[in-house]
Amino acid sequence: MTARAKLAKAASALPAPFAAWFAERRWTPRPHQVELLAKARAGRSVLLIAPTGAGKTLAGFLPSLVALHERPKANMPGGRGIHTLYISPLKALAVDIARNLEAPVAEMKLNIRLETRTGDTPLHKRQRQKLKPPDILLTTPEQAALLLSAPDAPRFFADLDTVILDELHALVTSKRGDLLALGLARLRSLAPNLRTIGLSATVAEPEALRAWLVGQGPAHFPPPERGRSIGAAAREGVMRVPGSDPSPPLRGDPPFSREGKARRVLPMADLIVVKGGAKPDISILDSTERMPWAGHTGRYALPDMYAAIKAHHLALLFVNVRSQAELIFQELWRINVDGLPIALHHGSLDAAQRRKVEAAMAAGKLRAVVCTSTLDLGIDWGDVDLVINIGAPKGASRLAQRIGRANHRLDEPSKAILVPANRFEVLECRAALDANYLGAQDTPPIRAGALDVLAQHVLGMACSAPFAADALYREVTSAFPYRDLDRPTFDRVVDFVATGGYALRTYERFAKIREGADGLWRITHPRVAGQYRLNVGTIIEAPLLNVRVGRSARAAFAGRGGRVLGKVEEYFVETLSVGDTFLFAGHILRFEGVHENEAIATRTSDRTPKIPVYAGGKFPLSTYLAAGVRGILADERGWSRLPAQVAHWLEIQRERSVLPNPDQLLVETFPRGNRFYLVAYPFEGRLAHQTLGMLLTRRLERAKLKPTGFVASDYALGVWGLGDLGAAFERGKPSLDNLFDQDMLGDDLDAWMADTYLLKRMFRNAALISGLVEKRHPGKQKTGRQVTISTDLVYDVLRRHEPDHILMRATWADAATGLLDIGRLGDMLARIKGRIVHQRLDHISPLAVPIMLDIGKEAVPGEAEEDVLREAADDLIREAMGGD
Amino acid sequence: MYCGKPLTISFGRRWAVTDAARQIAPASVATLVGVAGVVLEAFAEGVLWWADRRLLVAADLHLEKGSSFARRGEMLPPYDTADTLGRLGRLIRRLDPGIVIALGDSFHDDGGPARMAPSDRADLAFLQRGREWVWIAGNHDRLAPAGLAGAHLDTLTVGPLTFRHEPAAGPASGEIAGHLHPSARLAGRGKWVRRRCFAGDGFRLVMPAFGAYAGGLNVLDRAFSGLFAAPTFRCFLLGDERVYPVSPRTLRPD
Repeated sequence: MTARAKLAKAASALPAPFAAWFAERRWTPRPHQVELLAKARAGRSVLLIAPTGAGKTLAGFLPSLVALHERPKANMPGGRGIHTLYISPLKALAVDIARNLEAPVAEMKLNIRLETRTGDTPLHKRQRQKLKPPDILLTTPEQAALLLSAPDAPRFFADLDTVILDELHALVTSKRGDLLALGLARLRSLAPNLRTIGLSATVAEPEALRAWLVGQGPAHFPPPERGRSIGAAAREGVMRVPGSDPSPPLRGDPPFSREGKARRVLPMADLIVVKGGAKPDISILDSTERMPWAGHTGRYALPDMYAAIKAHHLALLFVNVRSQAELIFQELWRINVDGLPIALHHGSLDAAQRRKVEAAMAAGKLRAVVCTSTLDLGIDWGDVDLVINIGAPKGASRLAQRIGRANHRLDEPSKAILVPANRFEVLECRAALDANYLGAQDTPPIRAGALDVLAQHVLGMACSAPFAADALYREVTSAFPYRDLDRPTFDRVVDFVATGGYALRTYERFAKIREGADGLWRITHPRVAGQYRLNVGTIIEAPLLNVRVGRSARAAFAGRGGRVLGKVEEYFVETLSVGDTFLFAGHILRFEGVHENEAIATRTSDRTPKIPVYAGGKFPLSTYLAAGVRGILADERGWSRLPAQVAHWLEIQRERSVLPNPDQLLVETFPRGNRFYLVAYPFEGRLAHQTLGMLLTRRLERAKLKPTGFVASDYALGVWGLGDLGAAFERGKPSLDNLFDQDMLGDDLDAWMADTYLLKRMFRNAALISGLVEKRHPGKQKTGRQVTISTDLVYDVLRRHEPDHILMRATWADAATGLLDIGRLGDMLARIKGRIVHQRLDHISPLAVPIMLDIGKEAVPGEAEEDVLREAADDLIREAMGGD
Repeated sequence: MYCGKPLTISFGRRWAVTDAARQIAPASVATLVGVAGVVLEAFAEGVLWWADRRLLVAADLHLEKGSSFARRGEMLPPYDTADTLGRLGRLIRRLDPGIVIALGDSFHDDGGPARMAPSDRADLAFLQRGREWVWIAGNHDRLAPAGLAGAHLDTLTVGPLTFRHEPAAGPASGEIAGHLHPSARLAGRGKWVRRRCFAGDGFRLVMPAFGAYAGGLNVLDRAFSGLFAAPTFRCFLLGDERVYPVSPRTLRPD
């Protein structure tokens, strides 16, 4: 039988109401929809990779709708458990999908109940869902974890047939993904014939996602080594703990080869790939305005953006961070002479405010929306016909996702304009554009499952029913991210959940879970389950304060009147003094002070606000784009495709210094003022550069070159000091090869990491997720500030007294992949070994200008706290002396 | 380390801050703080030393706070008591006080003494040996610590100074108190520093909390209002090796 004939046969296999529904609309089921139906009927789990607009959602639900239609009526009172569980990363997406699905279900007159369950679902509805489960439940990973921790979970999920995981690529790379993977493992225990359907728009390693969707077999392990440094443990968090595999996959190394000779063969879901739709129509804005050297605002291109908005029906303007959204929105309105309806949408706006914008979008009442990644994921809110991406896209996949927002029909090209905010971003946009045409994807690899999440899950399982450690270990290691988890570590996590797992065993009598004589672990008090339920989830928000705007400061402080406009991060409020003006929710506000959990502000007619601090790119430059940018620099034949100003910039650089080959690292040194500078161009993202800067300054300090500061951007690292760096490198004291040697990731890293405040922040997250400290107590919610203080103190004590505690291990693993990006730095150091090109210059090079302009904008990190104290004390002395 | 010429700053008649740094041991240097005419030494570890009387004061030890939380299911590392006693022990060995005053909230709750690990209990007994020890009653520990040596008092008056846990309402003269866990924030070089601190005006001094798990409350919080005379109000922030006097003008709210 030919493929076509097979397809026709499968399509004709659709039950009558479905066939009629398609026919009425003169639609034929798409090949991937039919294929998925056939695979699902054969009991196979499937990963469906399809571009936006390919009818992915319908494809995912079609097997369930058909199965539910064909299922005989239940004759049990109260009906059956749920048949299909749909999980999405966003509440809004679950609600949106439910809405989209209700229409065909009604039109086909199917007797299928589908309901959503999110944090917003009222209690009475939740209780009814428990008593009379719907056929299809649409929810989030956190709600799924809650349902699984309930004692009635076995009954609720006994009839579960299908789990549909939407936007799987977005879920799996985070701790939420770890929580979900563990939940999925439990669901497989409760419903052994369960199949999964993963929906993904864009993905780098389909093999990893395919394996993620199905249960993994047991693994075998060498005994854990004793007495290693905690830094070594942290690095393993990146490199994946070696399993039975003789050559453990490292980052940048394809972990799953199809040939699979020396590698472990992993069970995988089937794969259906829908090839790509119409080629998107993307251009880089070639503004006649002067392109800035540095900065991230994209302000120079406002007239061009406004013209583009005018020429289209509905434009989405994507920016990378909230403050930039505020700025662009404000500036657009300033030049909005036509009074176009332009709105603002970002994560810290009040939910009601956001809903209003979404509704207006759907109703076609808007011409443009300035937004952050809150609109990245697949929510359909109207007929967008243009996407403007301001600033660098940071990742080819992210760009593809955003561009997919424009024109939700597969056969028509989506239209997008990239607006680089500075000269380096031009290169990045160019690289992203090439990647998009090439169809390359660069989502991050799935890392080993986090231990703090595992601790939360273990407690949840104990809340549901007593468990045997052996069985739970088998179940946990069937989850893809935990497939290499060794038994001693698992046992330590269980011990942690029970009593904190400290070497000093003084908390046995306060244990939360305890192993009984029957070998089963059970919770010691119902209160424990209550506390678990209040603390479930992995999203630890930065402490946020409400922004309340009152007519007068006095009224607002008294708690009278005023409107809550949304939330801002606590750290931002800390930088404000009373009387400062800032942009928020499109208004210029005057900061009046903090009252309890709120930042109090009043409106002001001030036209030049103090702009919220730009924290640099929130997303680091992806590895894939970094390679693209290095390629563009080295290949001058491609420069003709760059804006003339940028090509000219690169030409001058070639004349005055050099442009490195893609596999080289260029290091320039030059004097300026009374300091000596080193600028390196690794293009590995701000996080990795910041870590490199910390480590390099330590080494330069030891070489007596007196470094006094550094600044890191996504593209380059600048270090300055009082010693003549260029001369020192030429004498080989130290040589650049030694300076950039990989061994900096050893003791230097250990010593520095132990002191950095970043670790405290990571520890706080791990402490909250693992349940060491509580997010909320029944009845009273701690403010973020209280939590911050106590976990910092706990960190100090734990570090002094038990530095190899399981939670410290979890913290270091997070730091290695997260804020410090050590994994990426390690790859880079290995790549450039023996390939460092040193240019000793008399003055600053063109390529160095952007990073030099960043100097002074960022605080000099380091251990300078004592200096701040001393200076404050000196001020006092000066004041006192002057008063005498 | 500060080793310049001693510098004396005058703030009216009864107040004197001497920024002279007198080196006691390599670990830290003392900053002199005046209260009701008595010159006390404030150490970066967060204790007060009255050299003439060989009297050492530490406030808000909050011993057994970890186990107090563990009872409720938050398994904080059980090392806070050992950590706090360890730091206090180093100071006691260095200064060899004749009398030690624990200025209230020495235990996080009245059940604390009973939960102490035997090793911590032995360490405490060793520290108490050969000197007077006074437990001032706090709001967390109203009762005398059962089974432990030392006197239990509501307040203690030594010369012009009165030691009590909670600062009395309104102005006071010669009062040394704890309870409020003062801390202060200030800005400089583009970053923020938050430290525990002593807060005083020459008449009253509120001490920082010494306990490993004792948090801090910003001195600009309303809990401190009315306690200090504004013209002479100063904070003494705990640095790594010494205490830094800072004008309240440079301080920021949380």
